[in-house]
Order: sequence, then C-alpha cells, then structure tokens
Amino acid sequence: MNFITEIREGFGISWAAIRANKLRSILTTLGIVIGIVTVTLMGTAIEGLNKSFMNSISSLGADVFFVDRSAWFNNNEGDWRKSMRRRPFKLADASTLAGQLTLSSAVAPVAESGAKVEFERRSSGRVQIVGTTEQYLPTSGVGISAGHFFSAAEAAGGRPVCVIGTTVATNLFGAVSPLGQRIKIGPQSFEVVGVLERQGSFMGMFNLDNRAIIPIQQFMSTLWNNPDITIQVKARQLAELDEAREELRHTMRRIRRLAPGDPDDFAINQQDQFVAMFQRVGGTIAAVGFFITGLSLFVGGIGIMNIMFVSVAERTKEIGIRKAIGAKRRTILLQFLTEAGCICLMGGLIALAIAWPLTLVMQQFLPASMSLTVAGVALLVSLVTGVVSGFLPAWRAARMNPVDALRSE
Amino acid sequence: MALIRIQNLARRYQMGTETVHALRGVSLDIQRGEYVAIMGPSGSGKSTLMNMLGCLDTPTSGSYELNGTDVSQMDDNALAEVRNREIGFVFQTFNLLARSNALHNVELPLIYAGMSAAERKKIAMNALTQVGLADRVHHRPNELSGGQRQRVAVARALVNKPSILLADEPTGNLDSKTGEEILALFEQLWRAGNTIIVVTHEEDVARRARRILRIRDGLIASDEIVEGRDPKAENQKPPVIAPPLQTVDQPKS
Repeated sequence: MNFITEIREGFGISWAAIRANKLRSILTTLGIVIGIVTVTLMGTAIEGLNKSFMNSISSLGADVFFVDRSAWFNNNEGDWRKSMRRRPFKLADASTLAGQLTLSSAVAPVAESGAKVEFERRSSGRVQIVGTTEQYLPTSGVGISAGHFFSAAEAAGGRPVCVIGTTVATNLFGAVSPLGQRIKIGPQSFEVVGVLERQGSFMGMFNLDNRAIIPIQQFMSTLWNNPDITIQVKARQLAELDEAREELRHTMRRIRRLAPGDPDDFAINQQDQFVAMFQRVGGTIAAVGFFITGLSLFVGGIGIMNIMFVSVAERTKEIGIRKAIGAKRRTILLQFLTEAGCICLMGGLIALAIAWPLTLVMQQFLPASMSLTVAGVALLVSLVTGVVSGFLPAWRAARMNPVDALRSE
Repeated sequence: MALIRIQNLARRYQMGTETVHALRGVSLDIQRGEYVAIMGPSGSGKSTLMNMLGCLDTPTSGSYELNGTDVSQMDDNALAEVRNREIGFVFQTFNLLARSNALHNVELPLIYAGMSAAERKKIAMNALTQVGLADRVHHRPNELSGGQRQRVAVARALVNKPSILLADEPTGNLDSKTGEEILALFEQLWRAGNTIIVVTHEEDVARRARRILRIRDGLIASDEIVEGRDPKAENQKPPVIAPPLQTVDQPKS
C-alpha cells in the first residue's frame, strides 16, 4: 500500500476521531499546550538574553583593555576587598603608559561620577559624568552624531567643554540643538561641543545615553579631586592582542614599581571575561529552564499516551474490521501515530497562538521576538512528543489479533 | 484446481490450563463458483473454520491452499494482503465504520490495496450501484436501514473482486423480508460467477446454497449437495431486486 495514501487516510481518520471526542481531545491537548508554551517562551527568552548580551558587549571593544585596581569578576568577596585596598592610579600613569606602549594605539584615563545637569531652568536628574581625554573616542568606540568630540588641546587645556548623550540632550533641550549651549554640571558651566550617538542600555540595566563626557582635568577640579581612575587601552592590532596585553602588564608593573616576584596590584580586564561569565550563567539558566520545560512536556506526553490507550481500547472493533479488510500492522500503527501526532501538533499550534502575545510582553524587558526557528522547533517538539507517546498504544493496536478484535464490542 | 484445498486442518486453543480442540483435522475442497453453507451448533468449530477460511487465523497443523498458495504458515502482514485481495467479508453485525459514509466504507479495501483516489471512487460507486444504493452513497451507517447497511457491507466485500465472498450469519440481524433480499442478492452474485461461503445456523438460509457442510465437534459431519441448485439450470430465475450484476469474480493470475 502506498505510503502517501496511508498517511492521508490516517489524517482523515484522526480528524474524525478528534472531532468525535472534542472535549477529550482538548483536555488531552492542554498538557501539550502548556509544555509547548513553556518551550516557546523559554526559547524566546534565551534568544533575547543572548541578543541583549551581544548588543551590550559590543559597547566594550574586543581589542580594548580595561586596567582597573580589581578584576571584573572576583572569585570571592575577600579578593575584591583586598583589591580595593590597592593604591589608586594617578592621572600621570595614563600619560606614562601612552608614551611607553608600542603595541597600543590609544590610552584614555577614565573617572566616573554622578551629578545633576542643568540648562537654564531645566535640570535632568542624576547623569553619569565621565572625565577623560580625547583618547576616549577610540577606546570606547562611541560615535558622535552632532558636533565633535573635544580635542587633545581642549582636554589638556582643561577647557570647560562637554559631550552629552542623547538622553541628556533630549531631556534638557528637546528638539533644539544643544551645540554651543552652556550647561551646568555641578558648580561649573560647560559648553556643549558634541552629542553622542544613541547607544541603548547595558544589559538592560543602565542607560548608556544618560551621560556627559568632560575633560578629566575639569572633572578633577570641579567634581572630585581624587577620583578612582581606570585606564582604557586600545591595542593596535587584534592579531597582537596577547602581546599588547603582556606589554601593558609589564609597563604597568614598572609604573607601579613592583619588585620582580610581587603579584600584580592591578587587573587587566577584557570583553571576553564578560562573554565567559555570561556563557556560564546563560548555560545554567538554559539547562534549568529546559529541564523544567522537559518535565512539563513529559507530563503532557503521558496524558497523550493515556488517552491513546483509551482510544485504542474503544476502537478495538474498528481495528478488527480494518484488519479483516486488509489493513497491515504498519497501516494501523501509522493510523494511531498520526492521530497522536495530530493532537500534539494542534496543541503546538494553540500553544504558539498563546505564546505569541506573551513574547510581545517580554519585549518590554528583552530584545526578544518569537523567531521562526523557535516556532519551528516548538512544532517539531510537539510532533515528536505525540509520536513518541503514541507509539506504545499504536503498537498495541497494530499487533491485535483480528479474530479477537472483531469479537469485541 | 480447487479454489480452496484444506487438508487435515486442526486448531487448538489454550484456555487457562485446558486445551480446546476447536478443529480436529478437517479436509475439504471448494471449487470456484460454488455456493457453500457451513452449519453447526455453537461450539462445533464452525466459527473457527470460518476464521481459517477467511485467513483471520492460522491453523495449529494441516494445510490450507487458497487459489494455489499455501496460506497456513503466513505471517500477519502477508495474511492481511491475502484477505485484502482474495476475501470479501460480510458479517452478522455488518461491521461498517460508523464515522464513515457508505462510499468511504466501500472504498476502504481499495485504499488498503493502494489504489488512487479517483479510481477507487469510481469503482466504489459502481459497487454501490450494483447493490442498489447509488442514492445512499453519502449516508453514514446510522442513517441507513439494516438491509441497506448489509448491502453496503456486500458492496465492500465485492469491491476488490475477491475469490471468495465469506458471509457469517449475514441475515442474523435482519428481519425475514430484508434477510430474503440479501439472500436474493447472494443468489445473483453466485449466478454471476462468484464463490460464496455462508456460515449459518438457519436451515432456510443454508438451503439456498448448493452444498451444505455440517460441522460437529471440530469435524465435518456431513457434506451434501442440495438438489436442483445447479447454477446452469435455466429454470432457476432469481427474484429481481438489485440491478443486474456484472461478473465480479475474474480468475486471478
């Protein structure tokens, strides 16, 4: 017998059987629906998390070293406490580094603080204030959407100029161009020379556009005269990243006058530390999520198996008739597998219809949208659940003896 | 060559600790074009014999040649194919699929034979027309009378042009008038060349056949030819109920 004919006949029978037992089919499907909704949401959330992470991480250049007193990720709190007792960096350290490093192209000292920013009567709440030099432009990879970043001369001369993020610009100026205007940061007024390109948020946690960048000299004289300086160093070539890092480490050790054999009293952080961290955390989240999802699908699958056993028992006579007329084992097996598959596939479709609006809600928090891949995988998983859990009942039906099956009522 | 050749056929069942000898060594030849009734009280083994003849069950020992092929040792799937090709069943309780209409019920054997949709629809329509149900093809079994249901079953049994029409108490669930209609239909089919085997416990039904086999205690007790039931006899005119039938039974290669 032709396989296509067999499948089509199987679909016809399944559809009739499902329609004949509407309530039962719906209740059975419910387990699968719940399972597939979880699968879909989990898949979408993980995809969103990854996308959000990748967006955020790209704001930290792959070829940039972040020299800091402490490492980004400490193994324990003790390490972190110890590192906080280390000597702070001096502003001069950055210029020394810039003079001595041969494998790096830019060195920017960075100090950060928060302050209120005012323009005429308007004031924006707490804004992140970054004190740095013109070298920050290459190390941070920020773009300028209007005006220019302050120059080396402006930075070194300590002129009161600033570059502001888009959030600050819209908060203070609305649609008016902020270029050339003077805003007050702390007690001092600054001329706006440039506006940064929109950057979004970092890990969905803080807004990268709500900041103002000023020369570090000004930062130290007006906001904080002894800030915790970090140094961003951009390697000349990605291919020589390891060499550049080694050179940076040795230079830093010289600057900080460490005796040979002393441990480093500073840390060189890189983007890939974030990636490794994220992959560890993300992997755990995914594993736990899929375990729970798998559990709910398993329960749904047991429901399908149960109802298929009932269906086979109820239709023993029908199986007998079909066998008497010439249905082979394979035909009967396929018929019941198709039925289980259809019920689950329907569940999958219903689940997608339920999950879709939920992913729209999720979009408020994550750059997540239900992808075709996730939808496809969800349908595939529901089909597989149906076929796997329908197999045992279908096998029992297929092996029935026609004489006994015909005799049953 | 005989259409059916059974030699020393035996069937035993295990019922708990007890062994039931349903058939104790039956030998039997049936020629193509015969009309045979199998009679016997309940427990005589006639149902077992029918299951054997219909390839629904296999013997414990002995051989069964159907249309030149030994089917006694075949496996489940091979038997399914033989049933599909060689045997048309008519049951006491009709055994139609309740959720399918008459047409689909009749198409079923053709589906299992792997025929294309257009072709099988044409053939199934034709078979339903032959049993006089051309205007009922889209009715479901519960929308048909008992006699009509049994006609659908007959159409289904014949649609694959089987070697044998095997009927198990075909009039058992019908009133005498509709029972008579079905028997008249059988008569017609027989005259058109079909081989018919009817299992019954009603003497009236059995007397319509040309040959009566009586089974008792798992053995053939008697094998008689009914007088005046020669298919070639000109004086035997069947009552006209259904439209004329074409020859359904064509010798298979």
